[in-house]
Amino acid sequence: MCGIVGLLVKKPALRERLGALMVPMLTGMTERGPDSAGLAVYTQPVSAHQHKISLYSGEHAADWPALLEHAAREFSGEHAIAAHGNQAVLTTAADADRVVSWLKHAAPTVAVLSVGQSIDLYKDVGAPADIARRYDFAALKGTHLVGHTRMATESAVTPAHAHPFTAGRDFCLVHNGSLSNPHLVRKRLEPLGIRFETDNDTEAACRFFEWRLREGDDLREAVTRGFAELDGFFTFLMGTGSEMLIVRDAFACKPAVVAESDDYVAIASEFRSLAHLPDISHATLFEPKPEEIYSWQV
Amino acid sequence: MASLKPVPKLREFDLAAEPLRGLNRYLHQDAVADGISEIRIRNPDGAHSIAVGLNAPLDVHVHGHVGYYVAGMNCHANVTVHGNAGPGAAENMMSGRVHVKGFASTAAGASAHGGLLVIDGDASLRCGISLKGADIVVGGSVGSFSAFMAQAGRLVICGDAEDALGDSLYEAVIYVRGRVRSLGADARFEPMTDTDRAAVRGLLAAAGRDEDAGAFKRVASARSLYHWHADANQEY
Repeated sequence: MCGIVGLLVKKPALRERLGALMVPMLTGMTERGPDSAGLAVYTQPVSAHQHKISLYSGEHAADWPALLEHAAREFSGEHAIAAHGNQAVLTTAADADRVVSWLKHAAPTVAVLSVGQSIDLYKDVGAPADIARRYDFAALKGTHLVGHTRMATESAVTPAHAHPFTAGRDFCLVHNGSLSNPHLVRKRLEPLGIRFETDNDTEAACRFFEWRLREGDDLREAVTRGFAELDGFFTFLMGTGSEMLIVRDAFACKPAVVAESDDYVAIASEFRSLAHLPDISHATLFEPKPEEIYSWQV
Repeated sequence: MASLKPVPKLREFDLAAEPLRGLNRYLHQDAVADGISEIRIRNPDGAHSIAVGLNAPLDVHVHGHVGYYVAGMNCHANVTVHGNAGPGAAENMMSGRVHVKGFASTAAGASAHGGLLVIDGDASLRCGISLKGADIVVGGSVGSFSAFMAQAGRLVICGDAEDALGDSLYEAVIYVRGRVRSLGADARFEPMTDTDRAAVRGLLAAAGRDEDAGAFKRVASARSLYHWHADANQEY
């Protein structure tokens, strides 16, 4: 069991309150996922020549100002870092791939959680409410959010196994369910040079979709292809810089409810995570139908 | 001599302020002892297991949306949800009546033995799965695998049905008014008799609906799975 939550605000004024609206949604899914939690928030994009890299140092104390200084010496152009304890977002004007491979040697205890122009990523083990406080989720601002609470069933409880999973740029995925053929998917992707960081089933789906996006599919085409390639139970919620998308497997084994109003689109595994949203009584409520793709643009 | 009609006594619960466990304990024990006949529940906010295991002729009104298993195992009580229901509404109901005014999620009425479940909106997948004697009336449409392995009881669908309707049916009967995307293994359309039309009329009336009973089709078991066929080649 796991909980998924997503929120896309339609009115620019609500972007300031994105995190505050989301926190009760995330903590509302604690019973479905008490062991880990995480979320991806999509902010105003950085300028065209820049990238943001979300970093996580886990139990290791990180000296983020020193890392920033080190990066600024190594690469030309502007650099900045915004730290939240063991998580930090490094903004760089250098080539993001070069910075990521440099980080592996320069900061071997630091994990890269996401790379993109609008995505910031947070995930950790612990109760969702503790994680929300740890990273001050209530203060997050942006256009949309994709979050998850995890109850591990098929792989270990570690920060790396927590959701959202990311691949490529500005793409993330959370999953309620379990896949039965992640190893086959992985075997198919690895010869193409696609590298995996965990043994988690969701990572296989994430890297499969991101591979299809790079091959020229749009997100809907990639998901449609996934119906034939990914076997198992899933409610997938995905984010890109401009879109939020939800899809359920053919048997609709895992729940999902959508609430849409003039102000927002809110998604959760169960209505109890939506009950406290403003003006929820006037939102249109529905359950996504099996193998039907629902998406919303920012 | 004129009999004195008892005045129905009302009790309200606000789940935003009172714990669910206290509500269910009240419904199981004190409501009967206090002679309360009507209970109104406010702010259910998607909570699970509201009014489960009732065993008395109480009139329960839930004002809002509920989560998993509302009115599960219901006996005698009349439970109305003025909103939508999560998975497993009225699952394993024994008797009484459960009415969902909005839509119901997956497995509504699963394994229900008796009583009537009315869903005004759509029901999701697996509505009436393993039905064991209850009646279900769905005002809208039902999702795939509805009445899967249903053993006894009746499922009335005023709208459409998705795939595999009535797969591996036993002796339950389905009446459907709209389009059926596909029938499940061993389910087949059968002619409607006067008895069928009367049954549908009675169920629609009990559900407070006015569809024309003549517009429904009957789906029942062909009973070809009842016995092992060595030459069937496992192609069911």
